[in-house]
Amino acid sequence: MADTSYAAVLGRRNGIMKASLGIDFDSYVTSPIAFDYERMMADTGYSLEDIVRIQSQTKVGGTPLHELTRLTEWVRRTAEPGKGARILVKDEAANASGSFKARRASISVFEAQRRGFEGVVAATSGNYGAAVASQAAMRGLKCIILQEVFDSRGVCQPEIIEKSRACEAYGAEVQRLSVGPELFYVLLRTLEETGFFNASLYTPFGIRGVETLGHEVATQVRERFGRDPDAVVVTHAGGGNVTGTARGLRAAGCLDTRVVACSVDLEGLHMASDVDFNRKSFTTGHTGFGVPFATWPDRVDVPRNAARSLRYMDEYQLVSQGEVFFVTELLAKIEGLERGPAGNTSLTAAVTLARQMDREGIVVVQETEYTGAGKHHNRQLSFARENGIEVRVGDPAQNVPGTAIVLPRTLDQVRGRVQDMDRLRLSYLKNAARHHPVGAWTDADVAFLAADIKQDAAWVRRAVAEDSHE
Amino acid sequence: MNVPKGTWVEIESIVLHPAERAPGIPPETARCPYVRRLSGFLEDDGVPGGEVAVRSLIGRTHRGILRAVQPGYDHGFGPTVPELLPIGISEVRDG
Repeated sequence: MADTSYAAVLGRRNGIMKASLGIDFDSYVTSPIAFDYERMMADTGYSLEDIVRIQSQTKVGGTPLHELTRLTEWVRRTAEPGKGARILVKDEAANASGSFKARRASISVFEAQRRGFEGVVAATSGNYGAAVASQAAMRGLKCIILQEVFDSRGVCQPEIIEKSRACEAYGAEVQRLSVGPELFYVLLRTLEETGFFNASLYTPFGIRGVETLGHEVATQVRERFGRDPDAVVVTHAGGGNVTGTARGLRAAGCLDTRVVACSVDLEGLHMASDVDFNRKSFTTGHTGFGVPFATWPDRVDVPRNAARSLRYMDEYQLVSQGEVFFVTELLAKIEGLERGPAGNTSLTAAVTLARQMDREGIVVVQETEYTGAGKHHNRQLSFARENGIEVRVGDPAQNVPGTAIVLPRTLDQVRGRVQDMDRLRLSYLKNAARHHPVGAWTDADVAFLAADIKQDAAWVRRAVAEDSHE
Repeated sequence: MNVPKGTWVEIESIVLHPAERAPGIPPETARCPYVRRLSGFLEDDGVPGGEVAVRSLIGRTHRGILRAVQPGYDHGFGPTVPELLPIGISEVRDG
């Protein structure tokens, strides 16, 4: 029997990944920091038309694009004269399983079925688990979902326990684990034991599945308004939502549409901390994933991450937990849409963005998610209170993640904070330098890095030269 | 209390003891065991707190300590957070 110690299992990761995905990542690698990204994406073998067809078989895609006329009016009242772009929202809660993650799961599960796997495994505590379980249910495959659910007191995050319920409702085996990065260890062991397909969030199949979302946004906006959206706002965590959506927009020819990423600010809370675990009122779409995954994508459960957000991101905004809860409540009250808070992260950023743009402009919020027991913002706020976090109304600038959630009094106080993109890009380059010293970077490496941060080679050369003089 | 074979139960097991956990994790996490809970149908009669085997929804067998009989989900919406209620109501509209 194979050695099941942590170190031994991690040591077998490349072989396990190859067997469970059928992707030989080594064949794309050109240096310790570079690989042939576009070839890896193309090698999935699916065209955008194929993906649309596969998704339509399992109740994915073709979601409505709603114009939020009342929210737009409210934003205009807080804007300078002539400002206040139209806000549209893509109601992704209409997908099977209730979120855009169905797009991300659909191609992986189809691929698993096509290649004769008996089942699929995913390590995820969010909507993605429900999406994989739902897609597997429709294709008659077995499904195992591994989740990080409870702290050492046994207290479960309400949003994640709702995901446990949903996954079991779709017939999956759900393994609920305590806090820790060893979820990856359990994933590797489960893949080894079962021989199931690895429906990781970060494979080319997962990301290509999201391309239809960007493509639909482009098509629907053009049909209704005869032009391209000016900005598409995307909730950002691991980077797949940004990457897939932006690729879909590009495929549709939306070359001037700004891709704006947005995360909830949870600075100061450690992602692997047993104590901090239940002090977070968001389980995804936050900076605990958003920043590290943007500045070094290859930290995930596959050797090379297909989700590379800085390659596509034009702007990055942070919003506070209180601002998102406020906007979530407002969406229900004035637009009649009760949706989950994590999906409304990008809606919160869209308020700020629309306020700064001309009235003729069009901002698209590209997702919603379902809400309900556990996920609902009222539960997240009451749970925060139970865990000693102060909840009050006031100036959202006084939010302190894990200590105080401040709900804005008025929409005027919803002000996303635009981040310095160059700082993120430099942070990415520093991470690259840690993996491979700058002196050893070839022209091909620099070209890869430049593409990966949406800059040119001269920018990369200049940035590392300036950094070495500091 | 005897729990009959075939009952839907939740089991718990230690996946990694503190000394076996991943390197580099925060100390408050590192001192706790890494624990798994999952639900399935009892393969044989068992007792709460005793070691049992269960068959999961997809037919796999797992062993652990029987911790709950007919576990359900009782997560909900929580006590009303009154601070949310005025948001979006016309009397307190902004601007």
